[in-house]
Amino acid sequence: MRPAFSVLFLTTLIGAGQGLFLALFMCELLAPASVSSNFLAGGSAIILVLCSLGLIASFFHLGHPERAWRSAMMWRTSWLSREVIALPAFIAVDFAYGLAHWTGFGHTLLIGTVGVVMAVVLFICTAMIYAAIKVLKEWSHPLTLVNFTLLGITSGMTLAAAYAGFFAPDLTVPLSQAAFVLTVLALLMRGASLWRNARLTPASTLQSAIGIRHPRIVQKAQGAMGGSYNTREYFHGKSIKFVRGVIVVMILGVFVLPLVLVLTLPLLAFVLQYIGLLAERWYFFAEAKHPQNLYYQGNS
Amino acid sequence: MTQLALVIDLNVCVGCHACVTNCKQWNTSGAAGALTDFNPYEAEPNGTFFNRVQTFEVGTFPNTETVHFPKSCLHCEDPPCVPVCPTGASYKRKSDGIVLVDYDKCIGCKYCSWACPYGVREFDEQRRVMTKCTLCVDRIYDEKLPEAERKPSCVLACPPGARLFGDVHDPESVVSIAIRERAGYALMPEHATQPANHYLPRRKTGFTIRDDELYRADNPHKIDGAPFDRDLPPTNEELN
Ligand code: SF4
Ligand code: SF4
Ligand code: SF4
Repeated sequence: MRPAFSVLFLTTLIGAGQGLFLALFMCELLAPASVSSNFLAGGSAIILVLCSLGLIASFFHLGHPERAWRSAMMWRTSWLSREVIALPAFIAVDFAYGLAHWTGFGHTLLIGTVGVVMAVVLFICTAMIYAAIKVLKEWSHPLTLVNFTLLGITSGMTLAAAYAGFFAPDLTVPLSQAAFVLTVLALLMRGASLWRNARLTPASTLQSAIGIRHPRIVQKAQGAMGGSYNTREYFHGKSIKFVRGVIVVMILGVFVLPLVLVLTLPLLAFVLQYIGLLAERWYFFAEAKHPQNLYYQGNS
Repeated sequence: MTQLALVIDLNVCVGCHACVTNCKQWNTSGAAGALTDFNPYEAEPNGTFFNRVQTFEVGTFPNTETVHFPKSCLHCEDPPCVPVCPTGASYKRKSDGIVLVDYDKCIGCKYCSWACPYGVREFDEQRRVMTKCTLCVDRIYDEKLPEAERKPSCVLACPPGARLFGDVHDPESVVSIAIRERAGYALMPEHATQPANHYLPRRKTGFTIRDDELYRADNPHKIDGAPFDRDLPPTNEELN
């Protein structure tokens, strides 16, 4: 599949936002003495910015952004529709959480619990958009759910460590340690999905695609000379070298460098991890082989 | 329950692309606006089509066969493209099973085109919405057209008659009979989409001639039971 840039930004930005929310709420729950209301309110503001940027990025994916409201209609069947509802809902709860801290309104544990639920729901909705596409075997697996959630929480935790470095020094060490552990866990799970995806056998073949049982079939014409939506949307169109480069950026950026840096320079670790996550999401798209590609193997 | 569909005979298709051009002509002239064309007369022509004909070569030279393969939305009975649509723009009509996109509701998120295994939906770059074969829903019920023309444009255009149109749920329809009697099959059955459109396989064409046919055993001169003698020269009647 061709990586959709707005979607790369959307999923990584909101993932970090949701992760940061979970991290902040955990701080409030476990170490109330070390966090000030302003710290939590400021954190909520960061989440608000991240998620709003993600929301804005998502509009660039649409052919008709002015009709975006319609996408909340089919929540009964469509995970995309569910995400469209869950994201603003999460942003709203986060806003309420920050406001409650900032104004001293209280009830923050209650609002925070709702926020935790919304963050988890949003992770599920986002990941299920991909995991629900049965024809894409690389995506249609519980590991997609695990990785979207885990990578989001991990980047959010790294960001929390960086943020605490400035405004809640007591928490920097435990948050950095948590980020370290999560990064290791994420490495294992993403590694598992890379391993799985490299070994998949496609469900369809050219034989089943056109219904002719012969071992040697060669395509001579695609029905279009200058390419088509089919050749643009479903192929990433980059060289093997480029793809390998992306994998290197992903492994270094998401896992190796943050593991080295998070305990000492968490802010740098977060920036690198975010860049790595963009590469990770790029590769997530690029590694998914759509069965329709069987119809676009050659043109002579 | 009606399920309208096309049945495409790969044994008959000659790869002339008449269905492609007539589909384009009909659908570009409709109320929904023109189907985009970029560089139509340049080196890299590019645009929206609801139907394409591809060509494959099967076998190893010199024992090869050229197979022309028309490809359009299969109007699946269990279409994965429909439930994923967040707006409800993609839907399957209960009345006749046609899968359609409501261009006024579509936000152009392309999600449906990811879910379809066949790559038959095309995002229109100018209208910014998802498009695909409508089974010529704006022709087949049009009572202003003579009844014989209430068929999809591609079906009417096909010179050798490789495209059949009808209700695959009616066992006596031309399409059901063709599927039944000529081993009609579905594309990529492994995705369980239950395509309504079917394809008819290539067949060996040939016939047998028996000796008595060459010597016209039914010639009236021979019906009196006189023994048939191969060595006699043919009569005038036999030669005519
Ligand atoms: S062929 Fe594709 S677009 Fe058409 S109904 Fe089936 S899944 Fe949907
Ligand atoms: S591109 Fe249009 S029809 Fe397809 S899923 Fe999105 S809104 Fe629905
Ligand atoms: S049925 Fe109509 S829209 Fe569909 S391929 Fe044929 S001509 Fe095109």
